[in-house]
Amino acid sequence: MSHKTTPDICFVQGNEACVRGALYAGLRFFAGYPITPSTEIAEHLAEQLPRAGGRFIQMEDEIASMCAVCGASLAGAKAMTATSGPGFSLKQEAIGYAVMTEIPCVVVNVQRAGPSTGLATKVAQGDVNQARWGTHGDHSIVVLTASSVQDVFNVTIEAFNIAETYRTPVILLFDEVVGHMREKLVIPPEGEIPVVQRLRTEVKPGVNYHPYLPREDGRLPMSDFGGAHRYNVTGLYHDIWGFPTENPEQVDKLIHHLVDKLENRAEKLALWKEYYVEDAEHLLISYGSSARSARHLVETRRAKGDRIGLLELQTLWPFPAQLVREKTAKAKNIFMVEMNMGQVLAQVKQVVQRPDRVFLVNSMDGQMVTPADIGKIMRVVEGRGF
Amino acid sequence: MEKYRFLLSGSGGQGVITMAIILAEAAAIYEDRVAVQSQSYGPEARGGATRSDVILSDSEIYFPKVNQPNVLVALTNEAANKYLGLILPGGLCLFDSELVQPSAKVDFIHYGIPMFRAVKEKFGRTQAYNVCVLGALATITGAVRLESLEKVLNSRFASAHHAANKQALELGAELARPLLA
Repeated sequence: MSHKTTPDICFVQGNEACVRGALYAGLRFFAGYPITPSTEIAEHLAEQLPRAGGRFIQMEDEIASMCAVCGASLAGAKAMTATSGPGFSLKQEAIGYAVMTEIPCVVVNVQRAGPSTGLATKVAQGDVNQARWGTHGDHSIVVLTASSVQDVFNVTIEAFNIAETYRTPVILLFDEVVGHMREKLVIPPEGEIPVVQRLRTEVKPGVNYHPYLPREDGRLPMSDFGGAHRYNVTGLYHDIWGFPTENPEQVDKLIHHLVDKLENRAEKLALWKEYYVEDAEHLLISYGSSARSARHLVETRRAKGDRIGLLELQTLWPFPAQLVREKTAKAKNIFMVEMNMGQVLAQVKQVVQRPDRVFLVNSMDGQMVTPADIGKIMRVVEGRGF
Repeated sequence: MEKYRFLLSGSGGQGVITMAIILAEAAAIYEDRVAVQSQSYGPEARGGATRSDVILSDSEIYFPKVNQPNVLVALTNEAANKYLGLILPGGLCLFDSELVQPSAKVDFIHYGIPMFRAVKEKFGRTQAYNVCVLGALATITGAVRLESLEKVLNSRFASAHHAANKQALELGAELARPLLA
């Protein structure tokens, strides 16, 4: 890395901002299989990652890519893969393996319209629930998103920091518009944005190391697999040595640990932006590229004196229930703006005081939801017709 | 500054998207303005209608797509027919007069310039066509300076192409100037 003290300013796509963010965070291994609209992530990393001293591998498919990421991370490298819709489906089993074995890694899904191959080049936000529940079994996971090129850079760094801190896969759930859109990106000098380094064990070589024995603070120091210590890693329920167990007490303890380590920190993990929320009668909630349409409408209406605001979520999972409850407390009507059939809407309805005052504004035709789309639904809700 | 909402259109392979990126980057990096460039395309790599949107502003840009352009560039008849109806009344259209015959039914100011032919005559080939269009576009709208476009071109292309790119930019500007008088 360079030792520049001035920021690097460039004009790039969201996908390249993700690449630059990952490199800033210390990415050293990428395995992937190209798929629209995520391909530019692999394309740029193929060039830039080896220059940063890392390894880039184009694998035979998405399943192998995700497995390679698990292996590389265990062996000590900050690791990432990137994909879209159908590829994200294929990665689910190995994502579950990373959850169970507590392997830090980042999985990017630049969403396109589904189901199946859907609309390969068009925008959608239909993978919110898949990101949460795509892999089987009860578990928790972190899912972040962004609405601008600069935010993509920032949340990508945050994704690596969360992955390393809590030893968990983190899903970066972008969408086609944000991935392909170009804007100015300011990359601060190295060190300006904090980067979490992996916590490694202090147990000496040749001394017994327990990979799943938490420290007092709950964290699990890692030992690069294949290095100083010999230990076992399995997707089965396991003991402190990493060996399979069916002991009910140990099983119960592990599943609670996996869920609690993230769910108990939901508010700490919550990233969001807010605009005019304080006195908003009409509160819009949105995320990703659709938050830009929402913001457009809010700024236009505020200029005319309307009491309208926007809560833009950047953390989708664990769902920031407390945050949404607080921010919506004073709003008369809540409009959920998203490009799916109401996946975050369902979460919002669960936590607000008046679920009957939550309305969905969506688009499902491969086109971005527009400020006009939001305006029309608001008119109907206000009883003013179309 | 007036807010520019460009819709650049043509057929795949004409360099429409590259043109949009250069325009937006020139404004964002060399003139310190806010710029967003986005594109819409189908699964095919060549042929078909290509469209790219560029918004230039002095303040933050929220909705990144252009629904109603105040500047349309149309490099094929197919693109012109598809997008002419979207132009803001009183807006501006730059088209290649050799390739496009726009309908005159819509309320817009139009500039028809035989850019494709001019590039072919000057260079004997047409690789720099989109750069010539950029030169004409910058001259007609005043949205960005030619020098800013040149800086982007020099940063993005090998030095062997710098002279030809500069000539193509100036060719577009020369063709456009008489139309403004």
